[in-house]
Amino acid sequence: MPLLQVDNLTVEFPTRRGTLRALDGISLSIEPGEILGVVGESGAGKSLTGAAIIGLLEPPGRIAGGQIMLNGKRIDTLPYEAMRHIRGRQIGTIFQDPLTTLNPLYTIGRQLIETIQTHLHLSDTDARKRAITWLSEVGIPAPAQRIDAYPHEFSGGMRQRVVIALALCAEPRLVIADEPTTALDVSIQAQIITLLKRLTRDHGMSVMLVTHDMGVIAETADRVAVMYAGRIAEIGPVAQVVKHPAHPYTEGLMGSIPALEHRVNRLRQIDGAMPRLNAIPPGCAFNPRCPKVFDRCLIQRPELLPAGATRAACWLFAKEPAHA
Amino acid sequence: MPEPAALEAPTLEAITITRLFDVSKPWLQRTLAHEPRLLLRAVDDASFAITRGSTLSLVGESGCGKSTVARMAVGLMPPSGGKIRFEGNPLSTARAQPELRRRMNMIFQDPYASLNPRWRVRNIVAEPLRAFAMLSGAQAIATRVGELLAQVGLAPADGEKYPHEFSGGQRQRISIARALASEPDFLVCDEPTSALDVSVQAQILNLMRDLQQRLGLTYLFISHNLAVVRHVSDRLGVMYLGRIVEQGPAETIFRTPRHPYTRLLLDAIPDLEMVGRSRTPVGGEVPSPIDPPPGCPFHPRCPLANDRCRAEKPEHTRAGEVQVACHAVAEGREAA
Repeated sequence: MPLLQVDNLTVEFPTRRGTLRALDGISLSIEPGEILGVVGESGAGKSLTGAAIIGLLEPPGRIAGGQIMLNGKRIDTLPYEAMRHIRGRQIGTIFQDPLTTLNPLYTIGRQLIETIQTHLHLSDTDARKRAITWLSEVGIPAPAQRIDAYPHEFSGGMRQRVVIALALCAEPRLVIADEPTTALDVSIQAQIITLLKRLTRDHGMSVMLVTHDMGVIAETADRVAVMYAGRIAEIGPVAQVVKHPAHPYTEGLMGSIPALEHRVNRLRQIDGAMPRLNAIPPGCAFNPRCPKVFDRCLIQRPELLPAGATRAACWLFAKEPAHA
Repeated sequence: MPEPAALEAPTLEAITITRLFDVSKPWLQRTLAHEPRLLLRAVDDASFAITRGSTLSLVGESGCGKSTVARMAVGLMPPSGGKIRFEGNPLSTARAQPELRRRMNMIFQDPYASLNPRWRVRNIVAEPLRAFAMLSGAQAIATRVGELLAQVGLAPADGEKYPHEFSGGQRQRISIARALASEPDFLVCDEPTSALDVSVQAQILNLMRDLQQRLGLTYLFISHNLAVVRHVSDRLGVMYLGRIVEQGPAETIFRTPRHPYTRLLLDAIPDLEMVGRSRTPVGGEVPSPIDPPPGCPFHPRCPLANDRCRAEKPEHTRAGEVQVACHAVAEGREAA
């Protein structure tokens, strides 16, 4: 049984000028111990997917359809109080900006101990011990002294390590990491990625890694979901999606990334931009930019279809010819 | 050293430039606490030259001084020491002459902050034309603005709109159109694609390359993204804590990086080729530039550091086509 199973998730934002559908029929699953990458450009809905799973959609956003199952139990219909106990205990979250995640007025120890005691019944001394253990797990030097330091006394990379400790200290089964390295320099990013991979492997956690950086995904994830305009364009094993992308959007996206290994004269470019939520075209959302567009794409929305080793939402992979 | 007259002077030349920032507390506080003045050396002894029609990129992590170099290169701030020459003239005299000043321009990182939200795009793009009195008459200006917008892949009719009506990539096109309005030869691009998505980044990088070939532009390109830098550069400078630690032809540096920091940077980049592989990242972080380590600033993180590195600042030495500031490379200790 998958640890997390999302079926047909739809998120809507009612506005004065009509309802915007920000996520449209997202289905994905994460197995125990698996790292699922979720990649896409700004506004594709990748962070929103994470927010919907942990039940932290900003109002007026709301789940309009579908269901989210954690460990076989439905969590999208739980009341706020019940969800609070799942967040932190069963689902840990790591956000992009470590400065805004940590409270600047409290020592990091106090924040860690608060989280630990909310979820685990531990005495003050045991909770403090556990906090120190986690700080040393994430590679903070001299954790027994640093535990009483304030967030501003740490560098960006060290702060992100504290945030990781905070997300993992109650040993959740699932970690949602939303752009965990985007605010960091590359050499620090490499350290944090390695750390995240080691910790989740050692503790048998599953990870949903949300990022715009395909390189980070390629290095970290087992499987990857490529999102476009609130839908999943392609999902499959990371090696297949990177090396043999099936969906024309994924193909364009991979070609537009400048490679470090070799130099090309011109990057492959996808003309145009992702449609705004109030102007998603009928049929396939990618059809105005797609080089392989044909008539069916303009009318009918493609479901995820098997395409080699991955599944792609593209009519190119339809088995039977389209009925008129 | 005077340039030989036969050789064309490089478009931009920086000779041992240094930039200090005063980061001390206010005078009274400082005096009461008996604290000395605190100077931050943002750029330390940097030299480079950019030949006409080529691209020099400066790459490095946050706080390495690359944006400070960019600002000095267009004269937005003077260097504290050293000289900058634009086509052989000192930059400060060049900036005093409108005819030379219009020939250099800058593209900024954030297209949301660099365009005035209350101006129509046609006025934004026309501002350099008016400032340098390059054209007179509303009709002539409107035609030229239309051409400029078409040149960057926008429609002339887009001039009537306001910046908020455009996406990030389109806004960056508007900034490029504005930068090109004064018909410059030299553009400083400070992280022009960092705020953009990859597919849009590809559009902008391709556009910048097309414009360079068509108009013979010279670029100083600042970025933290090595893959982007590899795509655009002819020459490359790698900066660490205010110093250019390695400089040379971009392809050579990417193929055979010499300085240990360059190797670290190249190793740290997550790449599509890395599927399923794992790495051992170098530990440590960039030290504070207020209190840089003695000797080579990279020695606390360097796998090749020895006593000499901890005590003595390495000079720039020539190693083949590249210049490297590293004792280990100079002594031939780097084979690893």
